[in-house]
Amino acid sequence: MLSVDLAARKAGVRPGTPVAKAQALYPDLIIMDADQEGDRTGLEKLALWFQQRIAPLVAVDAPDGLVLDTTGADHLHGGEPAMLAEMVRRLREAGITAKAVVADTLGAAHALARYGRARTLVVPAGKTAAAIADLPIEALRLPDSMIEGLRALGVATIAPLAAMPRAPLALRFGPDVARRLDQAYGRISEAILPVRPVDPVTVSRNFAEPIGAAETIARYIGKLVPPLCQGLEERGQGARRLDLVLHRVDSRTEAIRIATATPVRDVKRLTRLLCEKIETIDPGFGIERMVLTATLAKPIAPRQKISSLIAEEEPDVSDLIDTLANRVGHHSLYRFAPVESDVPERSFCRVPALAPDDQKDWPHHWPRPTRLLPRPEPIETMAVLPDHPPVFFVWRGIRRRVKCADGPERVFGEWWQGDAELTTVRDYFRLEDTSGERFWVYRSGDGEHGETGSQGWFLHGIFG
Amino acid sequence: MSTPLSRPPLETLRDQIRRLEGSATRRRAVLPFGIRDIDRRLPGGGLALGALHEMAGGGNDALNSAAAGQFAAGIAARTKGKVLWVVSRQDLFAPALKQVGLGGSRVIYVEAGADQDVLACFEEGLRHGGLGAVVAEVARLSMTASRRLQLAAETSGALGIAVRRWRRQTEAADFGQPTASVTRWRISVLPSETLPVPGVGRARWLLELIRARAGESADFEVEACDGKGRLSLPAAVADGPDQEKAGRRRTRA
Repeated sequence: MLSVDLAARKAGVRPGTPVAKAQALYPDLIIMDADQEGDRTGLEKLALWFQQRIAPLVAVDAPDGLVLDTTGADHLHGGEPAMLAEMVRRLREAGITAKAVVADTLGAAHALARYGRARTLVVPAGKTAAAIADLPIEALRLPDSMIEGLRALGVATIAPLAAMPRAPLALRFGPDVARRLDQAYGRISEAILPVRPVDPVTVSRNFAEPIGAAETIARYIGKLVPPLCQGLEERGQGARRLDLVLHRVDSRTEAIRIATATPVRDVKRLTRLLCEKIETIDPGFGIERMVLTATLAKPIAPRQKISSLIAEEEPDVSDLIDTLANRVGHHSLYRFAPVESDVPERSFCRVPALAPDDQKDWPHHWPRPTRLLPRPEPIETMAVLPDHPPVFFVWRGIRRRVKCADGPERVFGEWWQGDAELTTVRDYFRLEDTSGERFWVYRSGDGEHGETGSQGWFLHGIFG
Repeated sequence: MSTPLSRPPLETLRDQIRRLEGSATRRRAVLPFGIRDIDRRLPGGGLALGALHEMAGGGNDALNSAAAGQFAAGIAARTKGKVLWVVSRQDLFAPALKQVGLGGSRVIYVEAGADQDVLACFEEGLRHGGLGAVVAEVARLSMTASRRLQLAAETSGALGIAVRRWRRQTEAADFGQPTASVTRWRISVLPSETLPVPGVGRARWLLELIRARAGESADFEVEACDGKGRLSLPAAVADGPDQEKAGRRRTRA
């Protein structure tokens, strides 16, 4: 057990209890696997939130804490006690139970936040030693083996440990004990590794005279994109989404957003994508400021090209995909991928145009119509039951005589989709009429049993 | 015999026109059908790459475009690289395209509601040059639009196929209007050969080459695309009447 909630704690489960024992204590215990990676990213997000609101220097103190250097930041929040209370309140509103401590040193604050009683605590300057004297030695961020060793020596709290002679301690446990003690008392400094803000790459340009003509806007887009691409290159990134915000003289803003399927930092390509959207802008009385931001950037690694000796290189179509996607939308651009289903309308699904090829394809055994009607259309037929093809059928008001036919190909309902499909059956036939046109029709039901379907006939597709 | 002096005047004129059009410097690549009778009729011995071709279904197929679509898919399947298929409304059945050799991983579909968008995406695809073929289902294709498409195809060398598909039978008369496409085909379904057993035989089409730039129109009776997108001639046509008789004798025996 890494962590338990309040109800579990009441039932007697503590962090560190073996799972089997916890389940013996309380059989209905809900146990979830620890997601340390997720916790870590969540903590980083929280750190960024704190950085934006409380203090500029915030570090992640894995696995469960954050370290803030609030020097010179507390007055913005009404003093240290008010700041702590506000932080804890906001975290509680977000569903997080937190403790917050301000102390002279990181070591002391760390110890008091985890082993102290108070929910929020401000240790006055110079009172650190007294505040941490009674805390257990676990609070010192020492490895478990060392804690056990120290407890074997009869040391349980920090004050006796600090009073012990250093040399034998260092000889037996190494330099860590003294270092942690010094860090807690503030005798040696401790640096924190603050989270780096993810500020996007931005370039902007102000105009002395407002601009309005499409050609002028295009020219300045052409001037904004190269520095943006350079900025992206310095970070080893490519843009997935670009926002161009145009501030008009009447203090309204117009914006262009383009998205790309893969990270891009090709000047020509990005310029082209942006320029294609110029017609959507209403410049009004003129534009006085243009800001181009890569709001979503992803790393791109240099890729080795296939040598022409080995295989011919597949031309890259991702730029075309971007152009088209920005014109018709991402949802209108797709490939069809096979789905393992015998029901025709379920046998394919749409996947993104650049989705990796999974080498699967449809089976090749039965002929399939080139056009599949969006929904099967009822037809009038005359057919010999139970399994003969129709002799004639009427579709969209035209009566066609069947010259030859193939079938039936029986498709059973997929019982795992729902109870309604437990017994349903479709019998597909391929029909050719006297003029040579070919159709894919089916009878809903097996022609004998009423529960398998309505026994009505439907036209589902047209062969080429 | 073919010294420049003794060339028929028509050839010389054609040469001049070609020089004026500016495409004389490079030899046009073609995609042959692999059927001598058809390739012989097409200038260059096959469907010109880097050109726009028009296809439409005959009769009811002008609305459904099932045969025309499959014919286009068969041609696209024989090109290399990805295929862009622009439609205004999607009713293609991907497993069927697979059956003429055009696997699901090769085709990228664009569903562009209006005709204008279809043409714009079509042109964009033709201009790109990294695609094997670009197929678009359009109803109206004006001279101007088709000329743009033809120029885009010429610059990139992509094969452009405009599958003409109308909503109403009356609109299909539009197929008579001139466009800048290099060839124009009409594909009509024919009754399949009667099999000696119950069942449906291999589909047959009547391919009408209505227009071919620098070529003559013709019509062919063919059997529909096979698993690799290839057409074939019906046995009766390919082998001549004697063979047909022999074949009948064989089946009777």
